[in-house]
Amino acid sequence: MKIRDLILKRITTLVLPFIQVYGFYIIFHGQISPGGSFAGGIIVALGYIAYATAFGVDEGRAVVPEKVTTYAESYGTLWYALLGLVGIAKGVPFLANKLAGIDVGVPGTISSGGLIALLSIGIGIKVASTMVSLFFTMLEEEV
Amino acid sequence: MNFRPLVAAVVAVMALYAMLAAVAELPPYGAPDNPTFNQLAERYIGKALEETGVLNMVTSIILDYRAYDTMFETVVLFTAALAVMVVLRTDKGMGG
Repeated sequence: MKIRDLILKRITTLVLPFIQVYGFYIIFHGQISPGGSFAGGIIVALGYIAYATAFGVDEGRAVVPEKVTTYAESYGTLWYALLGLVGIAKGVPFLANKLAGIDVGVPGTISSGGLIALLSIGIGIKVASTMVSLFFTMLEEEV
Repeated sequence: MNFRPLVAAVVAVMALYAMLAAVAELPPYGAPDNPTFNQLAERYIGKALEETGVLNMVTSIILDYRAYDTMFETVVLFTAALAVMVVLRTDKGMGG
């Protein structure tokens, strides 16, 4: 990957913060507005992928080390399952939300939905790390 | 004598008949008393806000009513990443 274009780098640097903020906005507002964890996670991942495309794989890897994606990949689902155990601890089915006595809050606020916001964060991280690790794995392939 | 083409033709005709019979039994498209318009959709549309406190009904379904399904969707993502790594991965950068 040898794209060393000044304009591309400048524009990427300018746009990247907005992409990332927008991605996290989509993840955190999944319970209020359209979008959600899957879409938001992919937007966050695309920010990293744009950076790695413009600046090269090595600099991209410096920002998101392999360890980070590996841990996010592994613990995203575990986080989800641990949140599901809240239901079992309360004596109701796995992944129960309101049934487990969790306050679902006022609809329309960012804290509404009980466990849903926390589950969204887990899935967003998981989706982002999957996209990033697939991207880097395919780029670092030695043919 | 080779019976295979004959057997294949008979099986194909039987399968065709079974599928056409199933299509003939389908309820009319868009009729209001179809089995797809059962109480499940009404439950989701009517009670989603009250039961999950979420304005976005899609989120309320995928992360509350169908949360178990979503959990294994993340497992599918994990498996996809794992499969790509197994196929494409070299030892470079892994420290052996």
